[in-house]
Amino acid sequence: MLRFQNVGMRYGPGPEVLRDVSFTLAPGSFHFLTGPSGAGKTSLLKLMYLAHRPSRGVITMFGQDVSTAQRDALPMLRRRIGVVFQDFRLLDHLSALDNVALPLRIAGVPEERVTNNVAELLTWVGLGDRLEARPATLSGGEKQRLAIARAVIARPSLLLADEPTGNVDPDMAQRLMYLFVELNKLGTAVVLATHDLHLLDRFKFPSLRLKAGEVRVTASGSAA
Amino acid sequence: MSSARRIPSDLRLEADASARFLPWALAAMVFLAVLALAGALALDRAVSHWREGVSTRLTVRIADQPGQPMAQRVQAAVDLLRAMPGMGRVTPLDRGGVAALLRPWLGELGSEHLSEALPLPGVIDVELLPGQALSVSALATRLQNAVPGAQLDDPKPWLDRLVNLARLLQGVGFGVVLVVGLAAMMLVVFATRASLAVRRDTIEVLHLIGAEDAYVARQFQRHVSRLAMLGGLGGWLLALVLLVLIRLLAGNVGQGMLPDMGLAWWHWPLLLGLPLLGWMLAVLTARLTVLGELRRML
Repeated sequence: MLRFQNVGMRYGPGPEVLRDVSFTLAPGSFHFLTGPSGAGKTSLLKLMYLAHRPSRGVITMFGQDVSTAQRDALPMLRRRIGVVFQDFRLLDHLSALDNVALPLRIAGVPEERVTNNVAELLTWVGLGDRLEARPATLSGGEKQRLAIARAVIARPSLLLADEPTGNVDPDMAQRLMYLFVELNKLGTAVVLATHDLHLLDRFKFPSLRLKAGEVRVTASGSAA
Repeated sequence: MSSARRIPSDLRLEADASARFLPWALAAMVFLAVLALAGALALDRAVSHWREGVSTRLTVRIADQPGQPMAQRVQAAVDLLRAMPGMGRVTPLDRGGVAALLRPWLGELGSEHLSEALPLPGVIDVELLPGQALSVSALATRLQNAVPGAQLDDPKPWLDRLVNLARLLQGVGFGVVLVVGLAAMMLVVFATRASLAVRRDTIEVLHLIGAEDAYVARQFQRHVSRLAMLGGLGGWLLALVLLVLIRLLAGNVGQGMLPDMGLAWWHWPLLLGLPLLGWMLAVLTARLTVLGELRRML
């Protein structure tokens, strides 16, 4: 479903932040993405959610070469990817409900279905009483749950999450992890960037370990 | 959850500075463009009237000469003219008719005040048959020979200069419409670019969750459409009120003092079409600007 072959990435004329990255993610797989700060986790995720083109190598996603794909082809691919950004990137002027509804509205889902599905999901992540709240009035943990709800609402084929449990208490972190696992059981491939060793220990999934711009795939349960 | 709940704009363009200044600026531009177009169209009608008058009518003026009865001289000229080929109606004006022509300059002169000593010229209105070639200078010579003191007014040379001036002014009017249109488009381009720059992060998020460029462009189109409609309608109504006022004031000045520069019926759809065209151009400009700018993003 997702394949990196000798992928390199640099920002402008700067040095390569990712070098010769090669790995394959199968449909329905679950991987942690680990590595020290500055190792290139966010850059790797940017390549995966098509916010950046590789400077070399080939990225194949859903059977298409996305490293050279036309701009016009990207929106349809992106609709199959859910992203939880580290800084959430919620739209401050929209309510919680409207933020989560965005992927469905962009995809042209009828409004009645949008409202029902979004309200149901927000209730599930504990924000059922904050449907009309603006992000600025939410706590860090609530914003994170909102960002996660937006990423999963359209049932993506690939879910990419950058530190999705970093701002929530352990109980909520576990609850959110179960959401990711449930989604994974329904066929969504998940890549979850984290520093949380407890998560790695508790959920025995394989890891993509990044170190100095290079990736190594390790078996389930290995510590970062 | 109520299905009637209003769906908010993703980009919140209504909070943009352009929402405040663009309608006013566009209203001013539509106002100027409508006035310029109305002026150019009104001149067009005046020019048509002038040309029509020159090509189908002539005026013979017979100067008063002491001791020679004007009535006989006028009749001699009328007989000569009626005998010429290509002539339509030949109508001599009586003293009352001549006095009526002089009324705008000399004021009301009742026939009882007209002294026989007042040397009024004889005037003959000549209507030419359409499609007849006529040498005005040859006719003038024959008239002069037959009735000394008779002059054939040939308005063509000075009217040509007047028409050229009117055409130039018309060109200026249409040019003003064009320049104002271009300025309005540039205004929309700059306002749209400024809005895009402010919302770059939001647009990037929309792109990353699958929005196509057209989805973003539609929001700008709707925004500019609303503002352009508001401004266009305001400017058009203001220009319309002013045109009606000018028409009323011109009517009060008095017939004959001003050329007929009223608007024909078919000018009004053009004047109505101008803000509509402006609205369409504004929306199209916004769309093309957004699509052009977004193409630079991934």
